[in-house]
Amino acid sequence: MQKKNRVFRRAVVDGSHCVACGCCVKVCPLGAIEIYRGVRAAVNAERCVGCGRCAVECPASVIEIREAAE
Amino acid sequence: MKRKWYDYLWILSLAYLILGFFNILFAWLGLLCFFLPLAISISRGNKGYCNRYCGRGQLFGLLGGRFGLSRKRDIPGWMKSSAFRYGFLTFFFAMFFLMLWNTYLVFAGASGLKQVVTLLWTFKLPWHWAYHGTLLHPGVAQFAFGFYSVMLTSTVLGLFTMVLYKPRSWCVYCPMGTMTQLICKAKERSAASRGKNEKAPL
Repeated sequence: MQKKNRVFRRAVVDGSHCVACGCCVKVCPLGAIEIYRGVRAAVNAERCVGCGRCAVECPASVIEIREAAE
Repeated sequence: MKRKWYDYLWILSLAYLILGFFNILFAWLGLLCFFLPLAISISRGNKGYCNRYCGRGQLFGLLGGRFGLSRKRDIPGWMKSSAFRYGFLTFFFAMFFLMLWNTYLVFAGASGLKQVVTLLWTFKLPWHWAYHGTLLHPGVAQFAFGFYSVMLTSTVLGLFTMVLYKPRSWCVYCPMGTMTQLICKAKERSAASRGKNEKAPL
């Protein structure tokens, strides 16, 4: 039987304040974040496991780890 | 993660700062840090320079990260606001053009060569030991002194915020970063209006 209400953690970027420096891309162990056209960081929700390394690294502190029920 | 060749470009940034203590004319090489980011963002529409090749960012990352010279606190909200970023870009450019004007005055013969490096746009540091004359016009040296002042000032500011906040907090208000992001935003918007935009991720 499948588990229900399992909680996933994911990185969420505040795109309006992202400076697109790419620090998050460098530290992501899963290659789950990229810089979209030099404008902002974008998280690949299917790959991200919410480890939080990008959030720690982000110089603008615009990445948050949020829980998302799936 | 496997390191690539461009992960070592911090060595060039460090070498640049050191070379300026020995011969100011090396300062001309710093123009690469101005034209490469712009060229990449204009031609490819991304911030590849910031993301991969910026040696200064790597240097801050190394000093603040591995060497632990950073408190790793969050940068204050106002420092990442558009108003501050665009304001700093404007101020930085105003100072840059002032430097170009002073260079022009030397080229035009209206003023003499000043062998000083101006730190934080205020403090004039004697720097005569790094100038041994040039076969070219003194204006060439004046530009080198001026440009090295820009580079040293921004490094000092970057080191300051590296210690106070996250290691690469300079990237938040770096004028080149702000400018390349503006170019990328404009390109993204025009691509979107042409309907060539792939579905934008979150």
